Amino acid sequence: MLQKRIIICLDVRDGKTTKGIKFKGNVDIGDPVEMAAEYYRQGVDELVFYDITASSEKRGIMIDVVSRVAEQIFIPFCVGGGISNVADMRSVLLAGAEKISINSQAVKNPDIISEGASLFGRQCIVLGMDAAADRAMPSGYRVVINGGRTATGLDALEWALKAESLGAGEIVLNSIDADGTREGYELNITRMISEAVGIPVVASGGAGKSEHLRDVLTDGKADAALVASMVHFGGYTVGAIKEYLCSEGVPVRML
Amino acid sequence: MIGVVDYEAGNLKSVELALRHIGVDFYISKDPEKLLSADRMIFPGVGEAQSSMEVLDRTGLGDAVKEFAASGKPLLGICIGCQILFDFSEERNTDCLGIIPGKVLEFSSDMGLKVPHMGWNQVSHLGRHPIFDGIDDDSAFYFVHSYYPSPASNDAEIGRTEYGIEFSSAVAKNNVVATQFHPEKSGEIGLKLLKNFISL
Repeated sequence: MLQKRIIICLDVRDGKTTKGIKFKGNVDIGDPVEMAAEYYRQGVDELVFYDITASSEKRGIMIDVVSRVAEQIFIPFCVGGGISNVADMRSVLLAGAEKISINSQAVKNPDIISEGASLFGRQCIVLGMDAAADRAMPSGYRVVINGGRTATGLDALEWALKAESLGAGEIVLNSIDADGTREGYELNITRMISEAVGIPVVASGGAGKSEHLRDVLTDGKADAALVASMVHFGGYTVGAIKEYLCSEGVPVRML
Repeated sequence: MIGVVDYEAGNLKSVELALRHIGVDFYISKDPEKLLSADRMIFPGVGEAQSSMEVLDRTGLGDAVKEFAASGKPLLGICIGCQILFDFSEERNTDCLGIIPGKVLEFSSDMGLKVPHMGWNQVSHLGRHPIFDGIDDDSAFYFVHSYYPSPASNDAEIGRTEYGIEFSSAVAKNNVVATQFHPEKSGEIGLKLLKNFISL
């Protein structure tokens, strides 16, 4: 039976894992390579690294992080942030990543999805999508970009279907409304998109406790759940989350 | 010494890193002669059947894989390198190497399945082959594929996986072993399987 995946997200800035804290800006919370190795030992199924480095001169630091991670962990991982063309994609894949995530750049230039899929295979191309509830949109959700700061004219459901038809192999769906609340994933949009597309959907935003993962992986119909602060400093280990999910009948890979 | 076949089928980096991690001697090569001189061969790949076969035909690497398989030395096919060992693939109706009798079929999206089949899925191996030594039955391995192997003979099946249907996720014929999943991306049990291949 196909297992539900637990994916940990690490935001990386200038080669350090970082976390945005309200009113304080970004705080470094560790070395991404060491953290990746620790989560690998705990039994995480996949990792996502978002490069939030501001300046393009420092892109090389991220490639170095990717190479060092690939030497230590033998599970798939995805890299996103700052990828704007197929040359960027190639350098990340050659460094050892399995997948590339594109978000705002795909909104600005949807052809990047089909170009990436035809060159590297659709399984490599992950569409990252930030959605916010908006009654003016047909599905009730609007796509937002630049970390939620910029609204687009795109309907979330339509965009998910279009990205799939262009060749995206997976969607990471982040609810801007739930993100950072630790009160649970946005089940409604997760279920709507997961049922509409024929590719896996990873739920993101809002995880605060194990019950939230259970809910999104069952009622929310997600194929995988992304977590960050819960494991970075919420006192949870991957093993503890998975033991809970297993006891609730959710199929997860146990070490 | 393991020869890893480089036939431009996607990225060999993860196989290279996994082999380096377990500390085995290997080389990656496009040269049929050099590959034939290896003790063991790994035939990996992420890609598409027809374009892979075109490269294998053009470079002579396809003949090298067939010759190696006939030599009796251990050969491990992974993912597309597993599928290409069969007679035929439904992916763009491609004639393949014909080392293992059978076909490669497409997952039907009519079954309500998400395709590609992507993620960790269990492999029931029942200890039928030493490549699974020390690995629990029903352990989960990492899969990414839209087509699946369907060997002509049940005897070839050494691992079975359920995804809408039951399919052969690991196959073997004499000295040739092949997995539809990616051992190099399947954590510690995947590395264990690669180590087992070295001691076959």
